[in-house]
Amino acid sequence: MVTATQATRENYLNVNYGVKSWLLTEDHKRIALMYLVAITFFFFLGGAFATLIRLELLTPQGDLVSSHTYNKLFTLHGIIMVFLFLIPAIPATLGNFLVPIMLGAKDLAFPKINLASWYVFMIGGLFTMYAMLAGGLDTGWTFYTPLSTAYSNGYVVTTGVGIFIIGFSSIMTGLNFIVTIHRMRAPGLTWFRLPLFIWSMYATSLIMVLGTPVLAVTILLLAVERLFGLGIFDPNRGGDPVLFQHLFWFYSHPAVYIMVLPAMGVVSELVCAFSRKKVFGYNFIAFSSVAIAVLGFLVWGHHLFVAGQSVYAGMIFSFLSFMVAIPSAVKVFNWTATLYRGSISYQTPMLYAFGFIGLFTIGGLTGLFLATLGLDIHVTDTYFIVAHFHYIMVGGTLMAYLGGMHYWWPKMTGRMYPEGWSKLSALIVFLGFNLTFFPQFILGYLGMPRRYHAYPEEFQVLNVMSSAGASVLAVGYLLPMVYFIWSLRYGKVAPDNPWGASGLEWQTTSPPPPENFETTPVITREPYIFDPPVPEEVKVG
Amino acid sequence: MASGTRTLALRHQFASAEQQKDASTLGMWIFLVTEIMFFGGMFCMYTVYRSLYATAFGAGSNHLDVTLGAVSTVVLIASSFTMALAVNSAETGNRRALITNLIITILLAAGFLVTEMWEWYQLHQEHLMPGSGFRFEGPDPGHVQIFFSMYFSMTGLHASHVLIGIGLLTVTAIRAARGTFPAGYSTPIEIAGLYWHFVDLVWIFLFPLYYLVARHAAHG
Amino acid sequence: MREALPLFPERASTMAGSVDSLYIFLIVVSVFFSLLIAFSIIYFAIRYRRRSETERPAPVHGGLALELVWTVIPFLLTMVMFGWGASVYFELYRPPDDAMNIYVVGKQWMWKVQHLGGQREINELHIPIGRSVKLTMTSQDVIHDFFVPAFRTKADVLPGRYTNIWFKPTKPGKYHLFCAEYCGTEHSGMIGWVYVMEPAAYEVWLAGGAAGGTLASNGEKLFQSLACSNCHRPDLTGRGPNLVGVFGRPVQLEGGGTVTADENYIRESILNPAAKVVAGYQPVMPTFQGLVTEEELLQLIEYIKSLSTPPAATPAAAPTPVRRKR
Repeated sequence: MVTATQATRENYLNVNYGVKSWLLTEDHKRIALMYLVAITFFFFLGGAFATLIRLELLTPQGDLVSSHTYNKLFTLHGIIMVFLFLIPAIPATLGNFLVPIMLGAKDLAFPKINLASWYVFMIGGLFTMYAMLAGGLDTGWTFYTPLSTAYSNGYVVTTGVGIFIIGFSSIMTGLNFIVTIHRMRAPGLTWFRLPLFIWSMYATSLIMVLGTPVLAVTILLLAVERLFGLGIFDPNRGGDPVLFQHLFWFYSHPAVYIMVLPAMGVVSELVCAFSRKKVFGYNFIAFSSVAIAVLGFLVWGHHLFVAGQSVYAGMIFSFLSFMVAIPSAVKVFNWTATLYRGSISYQTPMLYAFGFIGLFTIGGLTGLFLATLGLDIHVTDTYFIVAHFHYIMVGGTLMAYLGGMHYWWPKMTGRMYPEGWSKLSALIVFLGFNLTFFPQFILGYLGMPRRYHAYPEEFQVLNVMSSAGASVLAVGYLLPMVYFIWSLRYGKVAPDNPWGASGLEWQTTSPPPPENFETTPVITREPYIFDPPVPEEVKVG
Repeated sequence: MASGTRTLALRHQFASAEQQKDASTLGMWIFLVTEIMFFGGMFCMYTVYRSLYATAFGAGSNHLDVTLGAVSTVVLIASSFTMALAVNSAETGNRRALITNLIITILLAAGFLVTEMWEWYQLHQEHLMPGSGFRFEGPDPGHVQIFFSMYFSMTGLHASHVLIGIGLLTVTAIRAARGTFPAGYSTPIEIAGLYWHFVDLVWIFLFPLYYLVARHAAHG
Repeated sequence: MREALPLFPERASTMAGSVDSLYIFLIVVSVFFSLLIAFSIIYFAIRYRRRSETERPAPVHGGLALELVWTVIPFLLTMVMFGWGASVYFELYRPPDDAMNIYVVGKQWMWKVQHLGGQREINELHIPIGRSVKLTMTSQDVIHDFFVPAFRTKADVLPGRYTNIWFKPTKPGKYHLFCAEYCGTEHSGMIGWVYVMEPAAYEVWLAGGAAGGTLASNGEKLFQSLACSNCHRPDLTGRGPNLVGVFGRPVQLEGGGTVTADENYIRESILNPAAKVVAGYQPVMPTFQGLVTEEELLQLIEYIKSLSTPPAATPAAAPTPVRRKR
C-alpha cells in the first residue's frame, strides 16, 4: 500500500535539483542514470547503422550505398555497439546503481573516480563521434594491419584515440568495483552470502582491469605506427601483421566475457526472484563466473585458426575454448534446475530471463562449432560467425540487460511500467531476433562471407528473411523506450518491493535515499531466502 | 592502526578510517596491476621480435649509449630511495624532511628525463629514429628499425609515466607544504610511493633488455 | 525444395564429406541440448507456476553428484568434438606430397593465379578433377583469404609470407571463390570461380594458355639477368651458396640455428638477405626489395625448386652444398 507521503519522501532523485547537482554528483545512483542516458543514445546510433546494413542486404547488388560507405557502416556499427554499448551497459548502469546497495554500503569506494569514469566515457564517445562525422572509418572494428596502418584512408588514429580513452573508463569502473566488493561489505556479509550479481560483477571487473590495458597498448602502437611509419606490423619493413591479431584478440576475447558475465549475473537474480527460490548450485555458479574470467584469457587464438598460426597452437586454443564453454553450460543447467519446484511467475523480467537462457544456449552451442577446428576452417569469416556472436550479445546480453532494466526500474525510478506492453515487447524481441539471426547460420555454412556489401543471388532469400526480422526487432526495442519514458510521469508509483524479491536492494525504498539505507544493514544469513518478511529479518543499528 | 593514525576527514562512504586507508591502498595496487598489463603487452612484443631477430636486435643495442643508460638507472634508483625516505618522514611526522625528500625525488626524476631526452637526441642525429628519416648502414635494416620502434615506444611510454609521476609528487609536495596532512598521516605519500617504485621497476627491466642484452652477439 | 532453400554448399572435394559429417554431429548434439533446455524450462514454468502470492517453495539443495554429471557429460562430448575436429583439421591443413603446385597472388581486389607451365588467370582457377592441388599464396598488400565453400576450406593470404591451402576436387563444375578476410573497399568484389574439369578438358585448357614460357624457365632467365648466377654458382667458387638441391633441405645459419629452405626462406633471402645468412658466408648479398615483383619472385622460386628435381634435361647433378671453408 503506497501512501502519498512515500511518493514525496526524500530520495536520491529529489534531494536536490539542477544541472550542477547531476554533473558534479558523487552519488553512484545518479552516475548510473547518466550512463544509462549515454549508452541508450549509443545503442540507437549503432542500431541505426544496423538498419542501414540490413536494408542494403535486401538485394544482392550493392545499390543502396557505395562500397566505401557500407564498409564504414559495419565498422561503426561494431565499434559503437562493442565499446559504447555492450561493454558498459550492465556494469556502468545496473552495476553502478546496485553494487553498493547489494553490499549494504553507502556508495562505491571511490565516488570521484566513478564520476570521472563517466566523463572519460563521454569524452571518448565524443571523440569517436567526431571521427565518425569527420568521415568515418572503414577498417572493421577489428582494425587488422596492414590494412589499418598502411592502406585505409579513414580516421584510424582519431577513432583509436577515442577507444583508448573509453578503455580508461572501463578500467576505472572495474577498479572501483573490486575495491568496493573487497573492502565495503556490510557486517555479516561474507563472500558466500553475496548475491550472484555481485559475483559476476567481480569476475567482470577482473577482466576489465587485466584485459583493457592490453587493448590500450595495442591501439597506441597502431596509432604510432600509422602516424610515424614505424614498421612494427608492416611486413615490408620486417614487421608481423599477425602479431597485431594476437595482441588485439588477447583483449577482445576476454572482452566478450565482460559483455556476458554481467548478463549472467542479472539472469541469476531474475531466476531466483521469479521462482521465489534460492538458485540451485549457488557455489557452482559463483565459481563458474570466476572460471570463465580466468579461462577467457587463454583462448584468444581461436580467432586465428586460419590466420597462419601453427597447427599445434591451433590445437591448444581449440582445447581451451572447449574448456571455457563448460562453466557456461553448468550455469544454464543450474538456472533450469532452479525452476524445479519453484513458484514461477511470468512477469516481464522473467520472460527476458527465459529468452536469455534459450538464446544463450544456442549461441553458446554454436561456439562449440567454432572451437571445433575442422569446422571452423569452413565457417570462420562467414555469416555463421556473425550469427554466433549476435546470439550471445543480442540474444544474450541485450535480453538480460532489458530484463534487468525491467526488474530494477521500479527501484531506480519509483515507477512501474505497463506490464501488458512490456510483455508484448519481450515477445516481439524474441521472435524478431530469431528471424533476424537464425537464417545467418545457414547463410554462413553456405559460404556467404561477412562484411560483404554485395553477394551472389542465391543468398538473397535468407538475407531478406534476416532483414525482415530486423524490422520486427527494431519495433521490440523502440517500444520500451516509449513506455519507460511514459512511466516516469504516468506510471504507477512503485512500492519498496514490487516483486516480493529478496536482496538488500528491496529492503530500502523505491527510489532509495541518497545514502541507500536509513541505517546500515547487518546480514545474518544466506541470500535468496523468501520467507514472508518479518521485522527482525534485517537487523538494523 | 590505532592512536598514531590521524586522518583527513573520513569520506562518507567509509565506515572507518581503517577501511578508508585499506581501500585506497588496494585501489593503488589494482591500478599498478593494470600498468603491469599495459607494459606487459609491449614486453611480450619485444620478446617475440627479439627471439626472431636476435642479430638485428643486437646490432641495434650496440648503438645505444650504455653509459647514459647506466646513469639514468642510477638516478632513478636514487629517486626511489629518496621517495622511501619521504614516506618514512611522513610516518614519523617530520614535515620538513617530507617536503625536502619529495623535492629531491622530483629533481632526480627530472634529471632522468633530461638524460633520456639527450639519448633520444643523439639517436635522432644518427638517423636511428624510426620513420622516414631512418638510415642504418648495415645488414637487415628493417629489423633494426623494429628494434628502435620498440625502444622509442617503450621508453616513451615510460617517460610519460615519469612525467605524470612528477606531477603527482609535485601536487603531494604542495599539499604537504600547505599542511594538509596531519602529522603521521602517510597514506597519500605511501600511495604515491607505490606508483613511483613501480615506474622505477619498469625501467629496471627496460635497461638490461635494451642496453645490455646481446650487445656482442652482433657481428664485429 | 533443395534448390529453393539449400542448407549446404555443393560437396566438391574429398574433405567436404568429412567436414559436413562433423557439422551434422554438432547440429545433432546442439539440437538435443537446446530442446532439452527449452522443454525443461517450458515444463517447469507451467508445472510450477505460481498459484498464490503466499506460497514459499522450499529450497532444493544442489547435489554434488548432479553437478558432476552435468559437468562431466558436456566435458566428454566436447572432447569428442575436439578430437574429431582436430583430426579433420590436420587433414585439411596438411597437403599430400604429390599435390600439384599452383601459385596465387592476392591483391586489392583480385586474385592472380600462376600455373607452373606459365598459364595465368585472373579471378579464375582451372584445375583437374581427381588430383590434389596445393596453392602457395601471398598478398601484395593487405591480408586476404582464399575461400572456396564447395571445398570446405580457406586460408588467410598474408603479405610478406607464403601460406598454403590444398584440396582434391571430386566433381566437375563451377564453384564460388570468395575473399574471406576484409581487405578494403571492394572486398566483396574480390570474388571469382574455380573450374573443376575432366582430365581431358583440363589438358586442352592447359595447352591453350602458356604464352610466356613456364615459371621455371622464366625464373632461369631472371636468375641470369639479375646476375644471381655471378655469386650462386653450382660449385664452391661463388660468393654465395650453391643452390642446386637446396630446396626443401635444412640449411645451417650463421650464428647457429637451422632453417628449412622452403618458399618463405627463399623469398626472405632475396628481399632481406642479411636476416638469415648461411653459415660460412659473408652478408654481402644485396637486397632485391623493390627490384622484383611478386610474380618474379615466384618464377625465381620455381627455378630454384627445379634445381632439386632429378635431371631429365639438367646436366649431371652437382654435389649437395657443403659448408664453404673460410
